Amino acid sequence: MTAPDTGPSSAHWRVSQSTRAGRFGLLVWAALLAAAAALPWWADASYMRLATEFACLLVLAQMWNLLAGYGGMVSVGQQGYLGIGGYALIALADYGGINPFACVLLAGGVAAAVSVPTAALVFRLQGGHFAIGTWVVAEVFRLVASNTAALGGGSGRSLQAMREFARALREPLTYWIGLAVAAASVTGVYLLMRSRLGLALAALRDSEVAAESQGVNVRFTKVLVYVLSALGCGVAGALYFLMNLRISPDAAFTVGWSAAIIFIVVIGGIGTIEGPIIGTLLYFALRETLADFGTWYLIALGIVAIVAMVRFPKGIWGTLAERYGLYLFPVQRRVVRDP
Amino acid sequence: MPAALLGWTDTLVQGVMLGGLYGLFAVGLSLVFGVMRIVNIAHGDLIVLAAFGAIVATSASGTVPAPGLPLWIAAPLVVAAMYAFGYILQRGVLNTTIAGGELPPLLVTFGVSIVIQNLLLEFYSADPRSLAAGGLETRSVELFAGVTVGVLPLATLAIALGITAFLQWLFGRTNIGRAFRAASDDPEIAGLMGIATRHVYALATALALAVVAIAGMLLAVRTTVAPADGPNNLIYAFEAVIIGGLGSFWGTLAGGVILGISQAIGFRLSPGWGAFAGHIVFLAILALRPQGLFPRTRTQA
Amino acid sequence: MTPQGRPGARAPAAGERPAAALLLRTRRLDAFYGDYQALAGIDFEVRPGEVVGVIGANGAGKTTLLRTLAGLLPCPRAALEFQGRSIGGLPANRIVALGIALVPEGRRLFPSLSVEENLRIGAFARRPGDWNVGRVYELFPVLGERRRAGATDLSGGQQQMVAIGRALMSNPSLLLCDELSLGLAPVVVRDIYAALAKLTAQGLSAVIVEQDVALARSTAARLYCIQEGRVSLEGDAASLTRERIARAYFGI
Repeated sequence: MTAPDTGPSSAHWRVSQSTRAGRFGLLVWAALLAAAAALPWWADASYMRLATEFACLLVLAQMWNLLAGYGGMVSVGQQGYLGIGGYALIALADYGGINPFACVLLAGGVAAAVSVPTAALVFRLQGGHFAIGTWVVAEVFRLVASNTAALGGGSGRSLQAMREFARALREPLTYWIGLAVAAASVTGVYLLMRSRLGLALAALRDSEVAAESQGVNVRFTKVLVYVLSALGCGVAGALYFLMNLRISPDAAFTVGWSAAIIFIVVIGGIGTIEGPIIGTLLYFALRETLADFGTWYLIALGIVAIVAMVRFPKGIWGTLAERYGLYLFPVQRRVVRDP
Repeated sequence: MPAALLGWTDTLVQGVMLGGLYGLFAVGLSLVFGVMRIVNIAHGDLIVLAAFGAIVATSASGTVPAPGLPLWIAAPLVVAAMYAFGYILQRGVLNTTIAGGELPPLLVTFGVSIVIQNLLLEFYSADPRSLAAGGLETRSVELFAGVTVGVLPLATLAIALGITAFLQWLFGRTNIGRAFRAASDDPEIAGLMGIATRHVYALATALALAVVAIAGMLLAVRTTVAPADGPNNLIYAFEAVIIGGLGSFWGTLAGGVILGISQAIGFRLSPGWGAFAGHIVFLAILALRPQGLFPRTRTQA
Repeated sequence: MTPQGRPGARAPAAGERPAAALLLRTRRLDAFYGDYQALAGIDFEVRPGEVVGVIGANGAGKTTLLRTLAGLLPCPRAALEFQGRSIGGLPANRIVALGIALVPEGRRLFPSLSVEENLRIGAFARRPGDWNVGRVYELFPVLGERRRAGATDLSGGQQQMVAIGRALMSNPSLLLCDELSLGLAPVVVRDIYAALAKLTAQGLSAVIVEQDVALARSTAARLYCIQEGRVSLEGDAASLTRERIARAYFGI
């Protein structure tokens, strides 16, 4: 490492983003990905469905964390883009005749395109008002979908274009797309946070005024993050309804999505890449074991989230990382001493 | 008066009445935001909780427990219970998160919202219920030739005006009102004045929930309420706050009335478009006048 | 009240002096911002009716000292004694009720309150005494003319008057003033200090933190110089030479 030598006895200091755990993490990451890609050969279809759903929620959680945890913009309306992604899939595949699998990415593009004018409106609100403003926008999307007969109106419609694909092809393909999208969301946020944008976001989160004076274009940075988050949510929504084969306004635009995502990120650890992963794992573990308890399960989730926010605001990963200095996805810049 | 004009006049009058209820929803939300900069996502669910509280307290059967209290006893009990709940919620939970900025209390209230919704669902099912008010709900008076209004909506509007006037007086003219504003401006210096900010914050939330209790009961007499109705109530309250601007409680009430009129007009055009028309007016205000119609001037009251 | 007549006597004698004779005293007071120690072992005292000046360079710990005395920063119970009572660690809203009022650095008026409301909120603790809005307007007549104005619409000097008036409304036994002269024109500073002199002439005790050493020397009977969180010099304002103060101020 070349650092300016400041004297015979002085050690070399440099700013580093990599850690030993981080390099180890990369290996684990690659091994897990390989095992996951082979899942259609070693597990039955119900697991593939579950894994696809897992991928959807992981992407949503990463996107919400990008927006709220890194960007400081708390939204309760990302279900708006999820729903747009789902409906864009239906429109493009059923009416546009485009291959439904290819539509997943295109649907993300549609959500991103819608988010640009939306940003112009909701960015006029700050903090908590921004949060509810985004929710109102999602409600508007829901009402538009409910009142559009071609999209099935209030009762929704099925994805007709999927009929021509055999189940044996459809399910693994959907799953692999899910896996690719989930991996891309984690890697994407990781690379993003290591880029100049990550630095700008960190500066902006501490103080918008100071960041602006250091040459960060605050407005552009925030809009960019908002649009990227919408893109990811749109892709996740398209993926979800590609698997589900049926969409309705209430399923697509329910605030329950936000509830799940926020639970995942808050419990896992907001403002970290590992947090949403751990949170999604925990969420699915709880759901699969406690779902029989119905509303009590949801009540428990709510209480756990409240307690976590009051007692462990950094979540599981944030608390562990602070205690043991663990970083699997090192995006933080730290000063380290060279030997 | 020609029939069409009469119809529109009626729509306008109904909208104003509905707006009184929304204004009542909204002043509670803006009170909590004004003093503590907390946006209470559970606000709408607390409205529903209060409504259910009154419904259960007045039920002679069909709920557990079923005390069958007369409404004139149950109503003040519900207001007192919500006041106490607000104090405890703020003092015991929200105060501990307030130092971390706007995000933690927002997320905590989101959790509270989910807990309330699902508790109501668990104990009282998803069925819509309403509160009986001894025939008040169906009585009406003729306002002027051809336009009749229900006694209940009229009473709701009057109550909304009264509560708004009360809050405006409280904030503008009393010691505790000055303490609310001082704690909002600068909590640290408020402490130097002898103001126990944690207690004052708890009082503000308690007061807001007392207003919420009244709003919830009026809502439940007017129409049915179900455990899942909270989010819509929150959104209407929020839209009224933003339309009105953050200048005064009168502005917030006016925001509620504008929202009510917008929804009534939308509903008249097509029954499916009531809420939608309200959203559109909200978004239009956001686009054209983001500070709201009656924004804060330098000194209020 | 007998042992009071020992101007400038200090250090070992402090412990021997009966506590009742002192209005306020700190014992080896430390203060921290997170891990950063801002004050280290401060022994500081104020006698009834006395005006004490605190001087020192930027960042020396003067404001921290006042903030700790007013209860805005935590300290151990025994480290702070007021009228013979240990009050360290009490929250600010309790301390003001006991009779210590702070005029904070930068004035910090409540922007959404009018001038008169800012004064009235000063009496929130309901400590008995003879201060009221009318008496503040007698002290600062210009405030009476602008009573309905928004507090932050006033000029800097007028805002400082409101800040002082607001502190007086709590009927304090001890007034803590943090950099009253900050950002004000010299002629305005003279007016403010003239008003302060009137108050202390009536028997009010005060601690004034000042950057302006000459001003501090002319106002206070006794001076403390703080350097890097420690008392580097203390004594009678009249007996401390310019050279000693300069040395204590800059640590050279």
